Amino acid sequence: MYKKRSDGRKFDEIRPTQAKVGIIKRADGSAMFQIGKTIAIAAVYGPRELYPKFLQDHSKGILRCNYNMMSFSGSGERVRPGGSRRSKEISMLTESALSPVLDLSEFPGAVVDVFVEILQSDAGTRCAGICAAAMALADAGFNMKDLVSAVSVGRVEDKLVTDLDNVEEHYENEREVADIPVAIMPRTGKITLLQMDGICSKEQLSKALELAQEACKKIYAVQKKALTEKYKI
Amino acid sequence: MADLLVKDREIVVPGQDLATGMDFLPASGTFRDNDKIVATQLGSVSVNGRLIKIIPLNGRYVPKRGDVVIGKIMDMNFSNWFVDIGYANDAVLSSKEISVDYVEKGTDLSQYYDLGDYIVAGITNVSKLKLIDLTMRGPGLRKLTNGRIVRISSVKVPRLIGKEGSMISMIKEITECKIMVGQNGIVWINGPDGQKELLVVEAINLISEKTQEPNLTEKVKEFLETRKKENV
Repeated sequence: MYKKRSDGRKFDEIRPTQAKVGIIKRADGSAMFQIGKTIAIAAVYGPRELYPKFLQDHSKGILRCNYNMMSFSGSGERVRPGGSRRSKEISMLTESALSPVLDLSEFPGAVVDVFVEILQSDAGTRCAGICAAAMALADAGFNMKDLVSAVSVGRVEDKLVTDLDNVEEHYENEREVADIPVAIMPRTGKITLLQMDGICSKEQLSKALELAQEACKKIYAVQKKALTEKYKI
Repeated sequence: MADLLVKDREIVVPGQDLATGMDFLPASGTFRDNDKIVATQLGSVSVNGRLIKIIPLNGRYVPKRGDVVIGKIMDMNFSNWFVDIGYANDAVLSSKEISVDYVEKGTDLSQYYDLGDYIVAGITNVSKLKLIDLTMRGPGLRKLTNGRIVRISSVKVPRLIGKEGSMISMIKEITECKIMVGQNGIVWINGPDGQKELLVVEAINLISEKTQEPNLTEKVKEFLETRKKENV
């Protein structure tokens, strides 16, 4: 039985969330997204011409994401700088989580670079990275059908929880944890990213996805507020 | 039944619903999803009769035929110049499109425009693949000598020019500088002395920072006049 979360949150409560837009002045668009102790920043550069040329798509521009954890971002252990199998995977899924909303048809043959850096990690970094990247792309003025909000939901023993932190992700009995990062287009509720680490039953999964929809509404509100606040008079 | 869900000039984010019902029509920066009109860009809403559009607050320049732009010569070959106009790809200026009558085959093109030169050019064609053709034939199209260059976001160009050129002519009048604004957000300034040019740069930065504010022309005028008095 999982009775109480380590930080005293309710089971369906997300950690305190903050966001800010336009933090990197030289970038075309940028954003910071913080959820609990996890901080992600994203910077957008481009569109610019894509080389090598065989990678170009002549019908639309290409989105290229790069996810990276700062060497000091972990919990004690130094994260080895440079790419890893994990960062490559997360870069790829950030791309696929964002490309359904992004319209780059005006920039054929070009590339838009999104750099996601994790300053501080306390679980849910890929979700924080996606939230920050979506805001940075909107800030850069791209045509987007929707924003993207992401959160991880999951199961700890018998309870379904929203927004797992590091303590829960590394729960003492690892077989009793399922971590499910979900990215959602808030307007339609469609899912652009769904992964699962661990096991849970079919019923628990669909219940967890409902929790994710609710949590993403809250995250969307934070993103929207940050974006509109930049231009408030 | 049609309802506007946002106020005029309100700032909206991509994916935000702007109106319901079939009475409104989606214009630039919006699209229709069944009975809703949805924003696709971060920007302020502009409702004009039945049309709803978004005035974007940031974004890259997308070239259109007929635009007059300022560009920098980046590269050249035997018959073309390649010009950076702030878009993803460089634009192409053919030696046939320059204002002198005839360019002899094999001429060194750098005697007309050299690398790093800035030119005012017109866009004659934008292909489907976004290959951009430029021309130097037209009134006011020329090479820019002296002066300085400032880059602003192309979405702020209408604000810098103002209603019927009110803003730009006011700045020209007060600072006695020649100013040329390309549709792509590259601005050329040439004044009697460097100080006046810098004053224009400051004014342009002020405009691009405070794009959203009402009565911007008056504010910029006030700013310029106080700064001018300080310098005298």
